[in-house]
Amino acid sequence: MARNSLGRDIPDTWHGKRYDPYKDPFSRMPTMDRATRPLVRRNPGESKVLPSLRDAIEKSGLRDGMTIATHHHLRNGDVLLNLVVKELDAMGFKDICIASSSVHPVHAEMIPSIRKGVVTRCETGVNGLIGELATRGEIDFPIVVRSHGGRARMLVTDEVPVDVAFIAAPCCDETGNLNGVSGPSACGSLGYAFTDARYARKVVAVTDNLVPYPASPVSISQSDVDYVVVLDSLGDSKKIVSTTTRVTRDPAGLLIAHYAAEVVEASGLLKDGFSFQTGAGGTSLAVADAIKRKMLAQKIRGSFGCGGITGYFVDMLEEGYFRTLFDVQCFDLRAVESIGKNLMHREISADLYANPFNRGSVVNMLDCVILGATEVDVNFNVNVNTESNGLLLHNTGGHSDTAAGAKLAVVVAPSIRGRLPIVRDEVTTITTPGETIDVVVTERGIAVSDKHVHLKKELLRRRLPLKDIRQLQAEINTLTGKPRPLEFEDKIVALIEYRDGSIIDVVRQVKA
Amino acid sequence: MDRRQRLRRSLLYVPGNMPGMLQNIPVFNSDGVLIDLEDAVPLSEKDAARLLARHFLQTFPDRSKEIFVRINGLDTKYALDDLRAVLPAKPDGIRLPKADDPEVVERLDTLLTEYEEKLGLEIGYFSIMPSIESAVGVLNCVKTAHASKRMVALAFGAEDYTASLEIQRTRGGEELLGARMQIVWAAKAAGLQAIDSVFADANDVDGLRADTELVKRLGFTGKSLVNPRQIDVVHEVFRPKPDEVEHALDVMEAIKKAREMGTGVISLRGKMVDAPVVKRAARTIRTAVAFGMIDYELSDEVIYGQE
Repeated sequence: MARNSLGRDIPDTWHGKRYDPYKDPFSRMPTMDRATRPLVRRNPGESKVLPSLRDAIEKSGLRDGMTIATHHHLRNGDVLLNLVVKELDAMGFKDICIASSSVHPVHAEMIPSIRKGVVTRCETGVNGLIGELATRGEIDFPIVVRSHGGRARMLVTDEVPVDVAFIAAPCCDETGNLNGVSGPSACGSLGYAFTDARYARKVVAVTDNLVPYPASPVSISQSDVDYVVVLDSLGDSKKIVSTTTRVTRDPAGLLIAHYAAEVVEASGLLKDGFSFQTGAGGTSLAVADAIKRKMLAQKIRGSFGCGGITGYFVDMLEEGYFRTLFDVQCFDLRAVESIGKNLMHREISADLYANPFNRGSVVNMLDCVILGATEVDVNFNVNVNTESNGLLLHNTGGHSDTAAGAKLAVVVAPSIRGRLPIVRDEVTTITTPGETIDVVVTERGIAVSDKHVHLKKELLRRRLPLKDIRQLQAEINTLTGKPRPLEFEDKIVALIEYRDGSIIDVVRQVKA
Repeated sequence: MDRRQRLRRSLLYVPGNMPGMLQNIPVFNSDGVLIDLEDAVPLSEKDAARLLARHFLQTFPDRSKEIFVRINGLDTKYALDDLRAVLPAKPDGIRLPKADDPEVVERLDTLLTEYEEKLGLEIGYFSIMPSIESAVGVLNCVKTAHASKRMVALAFGAEDYTASLEIQRTRGGEELLGARMQIVWAAKAAGLQAIDSVFADANDVDGLRADTELVKRLGFTGKSLVNPRQIDVVHEVFRPKPDEVEHALDVMEAIKKAREMGTGVISLRGKMVDAPVVKRAARTIRTAVAFGMIDYELSDEVIYGQE
């Protein structure tokens, strides 16, 4: 065991691999080259289209102990990962590692195959039941949780070689030119799949919408795809994208949004060229709405919005609030529609978006990001992975990437969630280090990192409820009481990898 | 400060049986709060609401925001239990529903005096804000406005009032005009504030704004609210204009000079400045301070003169 700079005990080796403890957000830079993969020759007349997933698995050369990947743009509507694992199970595979961009609650269908040893390792963060069961010790399924940028880095550096990537392709032709903008399973951007297509040893495009050659536009090109498989359906379109994402009507959420927008304005960053990212939740959109009104009043034209894109951001692009959107993932139908027709709505890879080892990613150009949290601590460390019961229920997403990249990282959260205080002495799990978080906004007050002296003064001048984070914690605790510390077993069930590949925390099995 | 002069642009209703909403009372910037034990609370939860309200008041002793408890009507079997539960936790006052006549206010006054004696509080500690909610109440409100020295404002309950008239309440509110005027006259004649009824549709921002502009023109000093999202809209309507603030500050300076000279009247730009003008100026300044438009320390000595 080694202790990292945030005081968390990290194993030197875990399941046969060596890991470095986290030191700081910006200094780690191992000496290595970008990954390569074998050359492949395709001659004229050779068809890539295979009749079934089983054929593709056989052709790909997949063997026991190897690694597969899918992407999660179809979110909780995705059926591909479940189908692939079911097929691997039926074919008698063992000890397969999953290195998808994320695992969602819908993938709980894999649990019987996990119990049978078909799938035994997870090189990706998980949302939902699989994480819960792993944390309870009910399944043996070691998990390494990564941010979007961290996963891209892992593929680019070949730290986790992906043997076969199965890419859900909402629109695809016989050679593997594919995009996400049309078809019954349209999901918009395929940002997370770009890196898989480039670095996996074999790439299988799986589509429910085979179109005549050439498919257009081309997000991932035929030169990266080995095989094409056609299925009846890639998933449940209702769960792939929301029909709409809405600004919250909750008064407390609106108050948080008002404070957050004031913080952004007070920071001095809200001027021509402003760049911005926020999530798809109601409060995050309310922040965007409040900022939009400030931009309108002050005639400010931003440079770009990025990350997961909602219709709200599309409106801001079309109304001239931003020149460009950098889109890794579309959250709703409006965003899907826009990315298919607007050149200024750009589809980008997770690598370009947030990989720290690529000569500079988009997050480095962000002025401000609005982030969520399940817990924050008095050192501004943030947890988004585990719930306050210790269960691993959420993936990191772009949280630690954008916090590191943005000039101003603002966490917005209700002060009380499920009767528990949001501000703790120590977060259960560190997802994002406090060194990269600037402001925490709750409906009961705003806490600002000590490095922002001027921002504090400006917030006071604006008569905003600026509070020391410990004072904020004490006020919330008067309502909730102080939660009893959780009890864990010694067994580590998951590693929380920081975006640079070092380990920022571990998740241990919760005591029954 | 004379509590009748306190800023009451917005009085936010919070159901007494909802702990999640009670704990957010300090979070929202309404001038005051009406913790509701009456209409918002189903019969099966009256006791729980009482206890919750009491615990809230004990947990948040800060009274920088004025807190009234709307008890159940004195004609119900719940009212005395409501008072017994909440008064030891010292709310600022009681919002009395169904104040159809002065006698009901007098009865509440007597009860409050008994509790003050029992609790060792100065007599008159608790305020009363009766709510006029019926045709009878409107007809009697001139007398009701004089029923107790504890009174700080007359409130209007338009939902019950329209029900008592067996008519529909409309967005424009023409059917309320007579009652509103009567309540404003009664309140102002008795030196009280007039607090308008709720605007029930929390999603209709334009309707709320129009309604608030109308009642402000009629003379109401504030409004009861059903949702925190309504606070900013109402405050915006009651925001004084910069030239009004300037004038109010000039009035204060003028009356300060007058007090120094030992008089309560002075001329400002050819117009007389006396007690009512000073009171109005003080109110404008109080509102401007609440908006953060100015920093100003009002002095009772300047406003009211020496006793």
